[in-house]
Amino acid sequence: MKAYETVQKARDIHRLSTIEMINALCTGFVELHGDRAMKDEKSIVGGVGLINKTDPITIIGIQKGRNTEENIRRNFGSSGPAGYRKAIRLMKQAEKFNRPVLTLINTAGANATPESEEYGIGEAIATALTTMSELTVPTLAIILGEGGSGGAIALALSDEVWMLENSIYSILSPEGFASILWKDSRLASDAAEMMKLTASELLELDVIDRVIPEAEMSNEELAAYLVPEIVTALANLKTVDANTRLAKRYDRFRKY
Amino acid sequence: MGFFRKKKKYVPITPLRTEEMKQRHAQIPDDLASACPGCHEIIFKSMIGQDYLCPKCDYHLQFPARERVDWLMDEGTFREWDQEITAANPLEFPGYDEKINKGQRLTGMNEAVLTGQGELEGLPFAIGVMDSRFIMASMGTVVGEKLTRLFERATELDLPVVLYIASGGARMQEGILSLMQMAKVTQAVSRHSQAGLLYCPVLTHPTTGGVTASFAMQGDITLAEPAAIVGFAGKRVIEQTIKSELPADFQKAETVLENGFIDRIVSRKKQHQGLHFLLQVHQKERTVE
Ligand SMILES: [Zn+2]
Repeated sequence: MKAYETVQKARDIHRLSTIEMINALCTGFVELHGDRAMKDEKSIVGGVGLINKTDPITIIGIQKGRNTEENIRRNFGSSGPAGYRKAIRLMKQAEKFNRPVLTLINTAGANATPESEEYGIGEAIATALTTMSELTVPTLAIILGEGGSGGAIALALSDEVWMLENSIYSILSPEGFASILWKDSRLASDAAEMMKLTASELLELDVIDRVIPEAEMSNEELAAYLVPEIVTALANLKTVDANTRLAKRYDRFRKY
Repeated sequence: MGFFRKKKKYVPITPLRTEEMKQRHAQIPDDLASACPGCHEIIFKSMIGQDYLCPKCDYHLQFPARERVDWLMDEGTFREWDQEITAANPLEFPGYDEKINKGQRLTGMNEAVLTGQGELEGLPFAIGVMDSRFIMASMGTVVGEKLTRLFERATELDLPVVLYIASGGARMQEGILSLMQMAKVTQAVSRHSQAGLLYCPVLTHPTTGGVTASFAMQGDITLAEPAAIVGFAGKRVIEQTIKSELPADFQKAETVLENGFIDRIVSRKKQHQGLHFLLQVHQKERTVE
């Protein structure tokens, strides 16, 4: 049941988080709040930072809590429409100021509540996808933990999509998959084996571009390992002119 | 051109049946009856007219895609696109091939969406119609591919797109590749949009999941049929989350209109006229008569 072990690791709230990654990557970072329409959604963190004190970047990531209080504030990493609209706003801001966009993903899925529906979670995700498909700046998405369904791909229509070795990316949870397939959510580990949700399987399926090995690294070590990788990837993407990058991004997702 | 004029063949009372329609009805056993979801009266298939409205309460019943195309478009103008592509079974999901076969037999379609081009009162447009009898019109790789080609070809041909949407969401049997369709179709919709062309989704019952979270909510002008369920998460899933029951009008098109995510609700009796008007408003100079 190896796949389900990965699922459990991916769900560990002590994994490398968005905020830890931001702190490791940026010499300075200012978090920016609010979607300008409804509220500030705390499960999505976004803002502008500097890498090596010189290179501006926009970072948007989903943040789970590490304790009950924080999890309630961060809604367990499940964002409603306001979070995706904040992300859209910050992406458009990045476009205006011509800086790359890094998205960091760790969500079981978008928030499934009456309020979320009332304020148009479908429209918010749909518009996030459109926005990402039209960005002319370099974009990189990294799945840190859970990459659950529409709430994950909303931030992953990027030039490159990476996954941490023990993260997952799937159409729905293995529990949900098992209850559809066998009418029994307890068979989640069997479902996980079948779903091709691990990083190595998704690399093989060409759904992602790169697997980041975690080995036995601590969060600090893993973040430190990722910093030069991210810097290099964004620099490489920047050398390509915007039209070529857009065409490549189109082809990247056109092939499925 | 009088765009309030209705063609004779669209008069809904005692519909004129073409030979083809008679044959289709003849294939359905006479005893096949179901309760109307609107008024709960028992309706026999033979009582249902060309527009698939409940004869008793005008409830908008499931409209088979081919018949919707025949009903909507000028006679003889429809040319189907990409009718040959069929799905693989990438996860080797047990029973999936049988499900596809069943959907194909039931609908006479290769997959859950029918695409092509045609005319409405002489105005050309590209059209897609999803058919919920085909595995709940869930979006797998073929549905995504046909929709992507619909928008790509419409962009090449400089045509507006009218897309009748119905979907249970992503097709779970194709796993992550279904999720990727949201990105794939979005890109094609975006290019079509950037070419200055009209995209008019018509949301029919039910429009849910990843389809709502992508091309259903990316239109320039978004129409819906009365009482259609339009939402992202399933009602039962939300009820489980909040541990209480939701009102009957939750995710109904009328509610979604009030919440600001739909432009208009248009009944079938007014769709020819309504769509024709929108096509006329947005037609490119070359098609002006
Ligand atoms: Zn009725």
